[in-house]
Amino acid sequence: MVFGRGLRPLSIASAALLTSAFALVFFYAPNDADQGFVQKIFYLHVPLAIVALCGFVAGGVYGLRYLRSGDRAHDLRSYVSIHLSLVLAVGALLTGSIWAKASWGHWWVWQEPTLVSFLIVFLLYACYQPLRFSIEDPERQARYAAVFAVVAGAFVPLNFMAVRMAESLTHPRVLSTTGGAMPGSMRLTFLVALAGMACLFVTLCKYELASKHASMQLRRLKRRLAGDEGLVPLERSAAPQRL
Amino acid sequence: MAPATAADAPVAVELEGVGRAYGERVALRDVTLTLPRGATVAVFGANGAGKTTLLRILATLLRPHAGRAAVLGSALPDEGWKVRGRVGLLGHEPMLYRDLTVHENLRFHARLHDVATARIGELVDAVGLGGRADEPVHTLSRGMTQRAAICRATLHAPELLLLDEPLANLDPGGALAVAPLIGRQAGPARVLISHDVEQGLGEADWVLGLRGGRQAFFAPAAEVEVKDVRGLYA
Amino acid sequence: MRRVVGALVRKDLRLELRTRESVPAMLMFSVSTFVLFHFGLDRDRLAGDLAAGVLWVTLLFAAVLGMNRLFVAEHEQGGFDGFLLAPVDRTALFVAKAAVLLAFLAVVELAAVPAFAVLLLGPSDGGALPGLVAVLALADLGIAVVGTLVGALAVQTRARDLLVPLIALPLLLPVVIAAAHATAPLFAEAGAGALPGRWLLVLALYDAVFGLLAFGVFDFLLED
Repeated sequence: MVFGRGLRPLSIASAALLTSAFALVFFYAPNDADQGFVQKIFYLHVPLAIVALCGFVAGGVYGLRYLRSGDRAHDLRSYVSIHLSLVLAVGALLTGSIWAKASWGHWWVWQEPTLVSFLIVFLLYACYQPLRFSIEDPERQARYAAVFAVVAGAFVPLNFMAVRMAESLTHPRVLSTTGGAMPGSMRLTFLVALAGMACLFVTLCKYELASKHASMQLRRLKRRLAGDEGLVPLERSAAPQRL
Repeated sequence: MAPATAADAPVAVELEGVGRAYGERVALRDVTLTLPRGATVAVFGANGAGKTTLLRILATLLRPHAGRAAVLGSALPDEGWKVRGRVGLLGHEPMLYRDLTVHENLRFHARLHDVATARIGELVDAVGLGGRADEPVHTLSRGMTQRAAICRATLHAPELLLLDEPLANLDPGGALAVAPLIGRQAGPARVLISHDVEQGLGEADWVLGLRGGRQAFFAPAAEVEVKDVRGLYA
Repeated sequence: MRRVVGALVRKDLRLELRTRESVPAMLMFSVSTFVLFHFGLDRDRLAGDLAAGVLWVTLLFAAVLGMNRLFVAEHEQGGFDGFLLAPVDRTALFVAKAAVLLAFLAVVELAAVPAFAVLLLGPSDGGALPGLVAVLALADLGIAVVGTLVGALAVQTRARDLLVPLIALPLLLPVVIAAAHATAPLFAEAGAGALPGRWLLVLALYDAVFGLLAFGVFDFLLED
């Protein structure tokens, strides 16, 4: 099983897309009429949010595949996508907060349903690694983590719906741009930024998968050479440690 | 005592190269044995040798990670569901709710296994718990709890008994009382873990020796001597 | 299936009657929290969305207490093994435990909601009652389903008492949102208003989605 396939082209593609997105944001996209230059953080915040959410749902899908097949490679993929999405989610929260401060004056705005939903989703997924860590038996750890990933993955859309309903009744969206219809230049920049972020996420996932897999293979070789007694026992870990 | 079943397998337990690991630690490796119906195999081994793991695999509580296993004619783990209800496990834990009485525990067990509750009274009397059966389990001594656990393990008339040191807390009277239920003459095939070497050898038709999770030997009881077994604990 | 669920439920109710571990604790906690809110908010009377919020947050935390204890007896006294050895559908355990948690919540609310009305609500004509019962029923169902799942997930881990609230509270947030929004008009100052049906639909949807999901996924928590 090879995890690192296509790593170089992906890395190059990510770098290229992100650089072009950067250039487009600063030199091509128009300044927003109300919010000014600060609105450009939208090109970072929204792609981060969208990719993180897709990552969480992907984690749930891999969790389901693990439960059905018992193939621990799926558990590894589930772990990596959820844990990297969590990092992106923190980024989304921070950029959202900066945007709120710059355009609304407060570091947090309850009126923005996406930001609020994100906070809840983040709080939930922040429990994923502690949950894994608190179970010692690796098989059970994988199984329970998969159940969690599936339930949390199903929760994400429900949560967004509920929060959107709760807030939109009384307050208009704060951090939306131009009331919905985006001019072509903005749309292009946004799509490039989104593609770049997605590429980056997939690249990072592959790097982490390849790295973990390599450590596992190394350990397996060591065991074959030195025998069970020659190995230092594995420490408890939230990450899957053998396939 | 064991009811006749439609698929009357001639063999109670059949293991071939069975193994089970907990993460990197291998608890059981390469266990191969065949146990005919009605026969008893005594399992000996030091602490941590894998005896309890083996018992739990046979009870379908654990999935084997390697090899082929068949209990009462059904392959594990895929056909494990066919085996449940035909196996009686007496483990270290009595598996009784401490705040319920013996009667309540047994009635609950009977309902789970869809077995008539009529036998409960005679079982309880047979093991000598008659007077205390309506008191919560936590008020009973270890020996009485063990007797109650034996009732629970045999109430559903299993075809295979998995016994982990069944006589551990029993006085001689208790041991006599439970013999018809879990002893050699009870009928079902038995897998018996015991630390009492002479007593275990005396009761068994076959002997399995485990050391460090591996099978040291599997032989008819007549060919095994006490010193062979003691060697496992060295 | 019904026989097994019945046996399990009866066993748990009997255990609770004998040990009285969960329900009194949940009830006392609720009442104490109402008192805490009185002092914390420095108000004699609550109305509208403030009242709804206080009620639902308190009920949610009381439910967490119940979730924590739901599977403890099984885990510590070999109940899981005993159940796994029986020739029964393993989902019966989920149904039974959810029913038990629902029953506990219902009993607690029977006392806690009147306590809430007496301590923190203004005088009312009871017009809010039917609407309130409807919301309580739907919300309790969601809490029971998710609570059972999370309780089973956490009971075999080491940090059980910490993990249950950490996982259950975000998961139950849509229930709190919907229930609070549905109850707020019922507690209005000027007298009970109409029950917003939209939020009841959200609750029903949540119950359906998580009910089905938990039904499908619960078996995996029991395997080994």
